[in-house]
Amino acid sequence: MIQSTKKYQTIFWACLISFLVWDTAVSPPVDLRNEPPLIAAGSGKPSSGGHCAVSK
Amino acid sequence: MKRLPLSLLLFLFFVFLAWTVSIRQAVLFAVGIGMGAALAGARFGFTTGWRQLIEQRDPRGVMGQLILLALASIFSLSLLGYYPELTAALGPPSISLLVGAFVFGLTMQIADGCGSGTLYKAGLGIPLNMGILPLFALGSFLGSVQVGDWLKLGQIAPIGLVTEFGSAQAILITLLGLAIMALATRLWVGKGKTWWDRKWLIGALALSILAALNLIIAGQPWGVVYGFGLWAAKIVNAAGLFEPAANAFWSQAGNAQRLNEMVLMDITSITNIGILGGALWISSRASSDSKPLTSKQWMVGLLAGFLMGYSSRLAFGCNIGAMLSGISTGSLHAWIWVPLAFAGTLIGVRIRRHYQF
Repeated sequence: MIQSTKKYQTIFWACLISFLVWDTAVSPPVDLRNEPPLIAAGSGKPSSGGHCAVSK
Repeated sequence: MKRLPLSLLLFLFFVFLAWTVSIRQAVLFAVGIGMGAALAGARFGFTTGWRQLIEQRDPRGVMGQLILLALASIFSLSLLGYYPELTAALGPPSISLLVGAFVFGLTMQIADGCGSGTLYKAGLGIPLNMGILPLFALGSFLGSVQVGDWLKLGQIAPIGLVTEFGSAQAILITLLGLAIMALATRLWVGKGKTWWDRKWLIGALALSILAALNLIIAGQPWGVVYGFGLWAAKIVNAAGLFEPAANAFWSQAGNAQRLNEMVLMDITSITNIGILGGALWISSRASSDSKPLTSKQWMVGLLAGFLMGYSSRLAFGCNIGAMLSGISTGSLHAWIWVPLAFAGTLIGVRIRRHYQF
């Protein structure tokens, strides 16, 4: 049981890391000069991130 | 993997994010690790707490969740009143919400984990939850594709307590609502029960602080489901099976932008990855307690995971995005989500028993 769980765990993490590597490779490079503020609170800039509660 | 090499790997990923993506994303990854460690370390399962209340009249899990909601509400509603650039988790009260919350509450019992539960249990190495995660993502993506059609069935504009009443009154109204929930719990379980458990209280305190940190750093509340849907959307889009420009949700400027950006730049994705990492870190010392499942249990569990992903989009969040973040940032939709999801759970625990999970 422990061995099969380890096998599943290895497959799971391999898939996740492969996805992230693939995504990083095919996506446009990050514009480091346009970095978001480290702390949004007090920055005056509203968040532009997606959230599951938002319908759009 | 042992803790020391794992800690080193997590630290190296933190540095990689800070160097190549942004310092904010690196810090949010660290917050996510904390969330994963708190969820897995305290076994803070929203699904389990509800099930224990229904089946054993054990209120400790639900009381832990109410403490979490109260603390997070005090922190977040105060912050929203003070910093206007912070956003609340405002979902529209709608037919979509009613159906989605009910189905989500039902399926989370069969899948034995909500959004955060699936993440931390997958991180702990529990096979069913590892199998569910990609199907949850696919369901979440399909839900996002069709949510526009669901909203056409009827909706009103999102209502936020801070906008309507101000921060102080929003806190009072929220705490009153939570007190009513605690009273209902007291009436259900009766006398002579243990109300508090150290593990749940520590988890509640840690998660409320981390949820507030998420809001302060990211500018938006903690969420889980959006990240899942984005991951599946990227794969389906790359395979040429989907035309985002023709879809109401994915053609929106923000969603279209995130579909083209690196997933490591997405806020919910980075905390999701952190939660997985934090739970994996916990699993290196604590063994995960999972029993082998039959083929039928696997099929039912995976189907439930897919439906959970789909319904979480219709419900505008899971236990984190809708319930925790919704209530703690004063969204009316969260107060509709909770009773509907609980009604679904009442059926879900019976189906769970039927399939002998």
